[in-house]
Amino acid sequence: MGWNVVVLLKPILDPELPARKFRVAADGRRPERGDAPVVINPFDQNALELALQLKDKGAAATVTAISAGGAEATDGLRKALALKADRAVRVELDGLDLPDAATTARVLAAAVRKVGDVDLVLAGRQAGDWDQGQVGYLLAEELGWPCAALVQQMEPAGDGLRLVREAPAGREVLEARPPLVVTVTNDDSNVLRLPKVRDVMMANRKPIDQWTVADLGLDAAALADEAASEVLALRIPERKTECEMIEGDDPAAVAATLVRRLRELKVL
Amino acid sequence: MILVVQWGGKALSQATAELLGGARQLAGDGAVAVVVLGPDAREAAAEAGAYGARAYAAGGDLEAYGGEAYVATLAAACESLKPQVVLMPADPRGREVAPRLAARLGGAAVTDVIEARRDGDRIVWSRPVFGGKAIADVVLRRSPQVATVRPGSFPAAERAGSSSVEVEALTVTGTDRPLRRVEVRPAAEGGVRLEEARIVVSGGRGLGGPEAFKDLEELARLLGGAVGASLAAVDEGWAPPERQVGQTGKIIAPDLYIAIGISGASQHLAGIAGAKTVVAINKDPEAPIFEVARLGVPMEYQKVLPHLIEEVRKLKAS
Ligand SMILES: Cc1cc2nc3c(=O)[nH]c(=O)nc-3n(C[C@H](O)[C@H](O)[C@H](O)COP(=O)(O)OP(=O)(O)OC[C@H]3O[C@@H](n4cnc5c(N)ncnc54)[C@H](O)[C@@H]3O)c2cc1C
Repeated sequence: MGWNVVVLLKPILDPELPARKFRVAADGRRPERGDAPVVINPFDQNALELALQLKDKGAAATVTAISAGGAEATDGLRKALALKADRAVRVELDGLDLPDAATTARVLAAAVRKVGDVDLVLAGRQAGDWDQGQVGYLLAEELGWPCAALVQQMEPAGDGLRLVREAPAGREVLEARPPLVVTVTNDDSNVLRLPKVRDVMMANRKPIDQWTVADLGLDAAALADEAASEVLALRIPERKTECEMIEGDDPAAVAATLVRRLRELKVL
Repeated sequence: MILVVQWGGKALSQATAELLGGARQLAGDGAVAVVVLGPDAREAAAEAGAYGARAYAAGGDLEAYGGEAYVATLAAACESLKPQVVLMPADPRGREVAPRLAARLGGAAVTDVIEARRDGDRIVWSRPVFGGKAIADVVLRRSPQVATVRPGSFPAAERAGSSSVEVEALTVTGTDRPLRRVEVRPAAEGGVRLEEARIVVSGGRGLGGPEAFKDLEELARLLGGAVGASLAAVDEGWAPPERQVGQTGKIIAPDLYIAIGISGASQHLAGIAGAKTVVAINKDPEAPIFEVARLGVPMEYQKVLPHLIEEVRKLKAS
């Protein structure tokens, strides 16, 4: 017994890339990949952790990680396998690399249906690349399931779940029953665990299922035509720097100067 | 028609006035309407007339059903009102509702809009992407277009007199879905609220542990301010999530923001773009936080923080 859980892992350009290293590609519509690493979107890592916790608690029978993207998606899926996810699926987007949330949700919903018998889908609240925060919600609509937003903690309760989630002035507790889509936000209780070295090595030998858009019964060209949104241009905002550095070997003097300057600037 | 959405409240909010300002700009000669959802909806919506808008209200405690009741109620309203554009605030509720509403209506959504302009018969929406490292200009290819708009993006519409309008009632639906709020846990707010604080002292991963947050609290207390944190510090469990400042935390605009052991990732900076004066203490002189700071202390915080607390204590005593 237990639920079949799917967690969505998006490979993204490392969000820790400093702003001054960010470049727009020649087409003016997307970032230049450069030598920046690709990582699992941080909020998707929080979602994976919650899925693994459900497994620890015996509430999840299986955890399947799904990632849509090119070969760079494989590293994240291997990590999920090393953390004892049961199955990993990579959906090859066949050139569908537009950041259109509606198209992405259609592809992922089809993948969830192909996995079959899924009770719970967990997604990060937003991806740290295009920052749209739409895919989890659109996926719920595609599947016709209810959706719990901004969840930080989840506990099995009876035949359902108790969810703790971010609320305008603190937190609130929701009760829900699968099938359900959950969008996950960060909390100190859902920081992704580290894999054991042995499990990392074992994960390298585990299979990753590769599906194409066509395998999901969809047509990549038709999907591209149906995209709900289009990026016309990507621009870099102007940044100004005029920081006055207060340096010195004597921290007491530095602190005194800082306070004096704050008073001169009429801030204190 | 452009429809502006407000979640609850007894009066039309500043956010709604701004959305109405934006709606006017985008609507041209078209009609603008306001829908308020929540227990005091009728009262709030009645003010819409003073802004030249039609008004609709859906009363009841929609808040108890996750986003379900909001999405279903708005979808039903849009089926009959047929707006081309729906604007709502870029708050957690709006971010949840907008994509789902768009999907139900066969339209498209755009989130976190900071600018919008008409370009012929289409609207170009601008939004920060890659954690604010870039701005994307986006067009939507389906209608209705549902947008969540960040505060401060449009000048607020002016109230014209006190005229009130006939408020039409909308029916609340979507309360039958299996998702229910069973408990509210207000954040334990000690001292000044982060959003209202004139001075915020914030800590990041560079603090190296939870103990240093006690010193930050002491400094904040002396300054009459509040304590904030980076996402990394929240993840470490050194500060509660309600304290997170940034793109996915609180967006604040204090007079003074003191960032200690925070690198200044663009997602963090997105939360303090409105801060008047930023002070950074960071041992790495190359840290991006210095690019937005007015005053910088390139030093290990352990060395300078005790002296800083002492200086402020002296100042307050004098
Ligand atoms: C979609 C998305 C949304 C996000 N939203 C947010 C958000 O809302 N808020 C947010 O904060 N982050 C957010 N982030 C995370 C963000 O990208 C960074 O990971 C985070 O802000 C880093 O936190 P930090 O600066 O505390 O840690 P780090 O980047 O690890 O920086 C620590 C800093 O401390 C300095 N330091 C170390 N030791 C000392 C010392 N002894 N004395 C002084 N300085 C020292 C270091 O030089 C370094 O600069 C988001 C990320 C994504 C992908």
